[in-house]
Amino acid sequence: MVPLSWYLIFAAALFSLGLFGALSRRNAVAILLGIELMLNSVNINLAAFWRYGDVLNMTGQVFAIIVFAVAAAEVSVGLALVISVYRRRNTVVADEIDMMKW
Amino acid sequence: MTGEQIVFLVVALFTLASGFMVVTTRNLVHAALWLVATLFGVAVTYGLLNANFLAVVQVVVYIGAIAILFIFAVMLTRKDMRDQGPQMNRNWWVGAILAVLTFVGLFFLLQGWSGMSMLAKDIPLGFDAVTEIGNALTSPDAYVLPFEIASVLLVAALVGAVYVAFNRK
Amino acid sequence: MSFLNDPLKVAADWLLGIFTGWGMPVTAALILIGFLGVLLLISLLMVLDIFLVWVERKVVARFQDRLGPNRVGPWGLIQPFADIIKLIIKEDTTPGGADKVVYNLAPMLSMMSVLILWAVVPLAPTMLGVDLNIGVLYIIAAGAIGALSIIMAGWSSNNKFALIGAFRQVAVMVSFEVPMLTMLLIPTIFAGSMGMGAITESQDVWFFFLAPLAAVIFLIAAIAELGRAPFDMAEGESELVSGYNIEYSGMKFGMFYAGELLHAFTFGGFWAILFFGGYRFFGLEKVSPFLAIATILFKAFVGYFIIMWIKYTLLRIRIDHMLAFNWKFLTPLAFTLLMVTALMNALLAGTPTWLYVSLMFLSNVVVAWIALEIARTYSRREREKVEGSKAGSLVEIEAAHQ
Repeated sequence: MVPLSWYLIFAAALFSLGLFGALSRRNAVAILLGIELMLNSVNINLAAFWRYGDVLNMTGQVFAIIVFAVAAAEVSVGLALVISVYRRRNTVVADEIDMMKW
Repeated sequence: MTGEQIVFLVVALFTLASGFMVVTTRNLVHAALWLVATLFGVAVTYGLLNANFLAVVQVVVYIGAIAILFIFAVMLTRKDMRDQGPQMNRNWWVGAILAVLTFVGLFFLLQGWSGMSMLAKDIPLGFDAVTEIGNALTSPDAYVLPFEIASVLLVAALVGAVYVAFNRK
Repeated sequence: MSFLNDPLKVAADWLLGIFTGWGMPVTAALILIGFLGVLLLISLLMVLDIFLVWVERKVVARFQDRLGPNRVGPWGLIQPFADIIKLIIKEDTTPGGADKVVYNLAPMLSMMSVLILWAVVPLAPTMLGVDLNIGVLYIIAAGAIGALSIIMAGWSSNNKFALIGAFRQVAVMVSFEVPMLTMLLIPTIFAGSMGMGAITESQDVWFFFLAPLAAVIFLIAAIAELGRAPFDMAEGESELVSGYNIEYSGMKFGMFYAGELLHAFTFGGFWAILFFGGYRFFGLEKVSPFLAIATILFKAFVGYFIIMWIKYTLLRIRIDHMLAFNWKFLTPLAFTLLMVTALMNALLAGTPTWLYVSLMFLSNVVVAWIALEIARTYSRREREKVEGSKAGSLVEIEAAHQ
């Protein structure tokens, strides 16, 4: 029998890894990869609380499905922006995208 | 150590190792592929939690669409096939310290909660999660409004992404 | 229950007796028996795959007015074994700048994504790998892993043609998943469940008669997913020199090729399960599971023959035409059909069967007719735009020749 704490600590570790990726990487696409890890860890938390709480109350799973939709929307718009920036500035390194307009 | 615990430990270690490789590997395409491994590990975790609809939707949406989007984006935003230069920020150690602090903080926050060692109750017989999700997503006294707003959000994201990335020739 | 009625359970109980007799704990014995069952299914599928190579070559030969392999063994039946021996003894090259791990993993993932589909195929009322209540979504998930393996193959080959071929193939696969998923929802509506076993059991009237347009759209989307002609832009010999599997030789190429054939057969099987009654044939499946397996294999072969028929008759479609066809015609049509089917299903609940079947069939025909009229008007307008300028120049050329 797996106690709830194991799932929550697993999700916290995945969240911290995603946070490290989002804060420390230079490439904009790599930053988005870190954000995806954070969203997945949140989903694990939601699913774990659904299972270990009242199974008949579907709020946890519904919330997780909405997070899927939000993550898909965010990734598509984010990557479209990154590709558009690459076309104009020929770079996706976050440090070099530092001027609004010249 | 019951079988379930061993399976969970194996899956969790695989997912965390893949996550670590996502954020540290130099080669970006490898990072995207390690992300696929992480997402698959998360899908197996959903399976362990008896949320099989979530597990399959995770594979379809995340691996089948989002991970492929990432691979496309990585391949379309580079001048040549290899990665050049440092892949980490100048202040990556601050990010590392913050990540460790976050994890330790969450850990201690959770330790103080009494429900941490809760065990899962058995699922009632004849419980069909898919029917229940369907009911929850479409019944007026459940979550039909967030469901419809999520679909509007997806249409907005679709239009926005096409408009932003459109190549006017 | 005798061996003829329920062979798998009899075999499993016998093996369980043997294993627990050796002193193994029950759970370990059950896991081992499950493993052996999976091994048996995969072995049978791979033997079937070899046979499919022979079927493919004979059928393409007949379509092209020739005989096909007929020298090696009676009717050329040993030919695929000769092919496999050739592929195995070929040198297993890895291109110079290729990414070794990804390059070697891609064919394995491609084959895996086809084999795992058979876990949800109901072979008989009692023979089903896993009775997932979300079997229909599982098919899409396996297709997603297949798309991933193609892009891994294309990128790791360190070859621009492979990369372009892989991009095109994955763009087509991801695009055509939308109408395919929508059409998979129509048997779900009729059966009230996403499980393949439940869908088969509720086909007293074959779903093809309830939703023929859905069957056609599912077939078109499935052929695009498979990457077979007329949607095989990524493998066109004249355009891309065999696309994402350029750099693969020997058995790795064999895995891609055999995987593609088995994938086509599997989708023939799914077409049969979802729209043509699966293993059911007027109660024949209750007599013995072996008759049920024979029925579903026969229907899968018919589906596979239709897919081959389409492949060897039609010309290849250009990539931008493919994507335009999907997003401008097939997806709106699929969504409209889904809405009409759901509406009719709700309105006609409780009516007698003959009325239900005929009205659903009629609604499908009406939707198809309207869609074709819209497509015809659009193409007429396009043709006038093009031929308006061409007809003028043709008249001038004619006048100059007089």
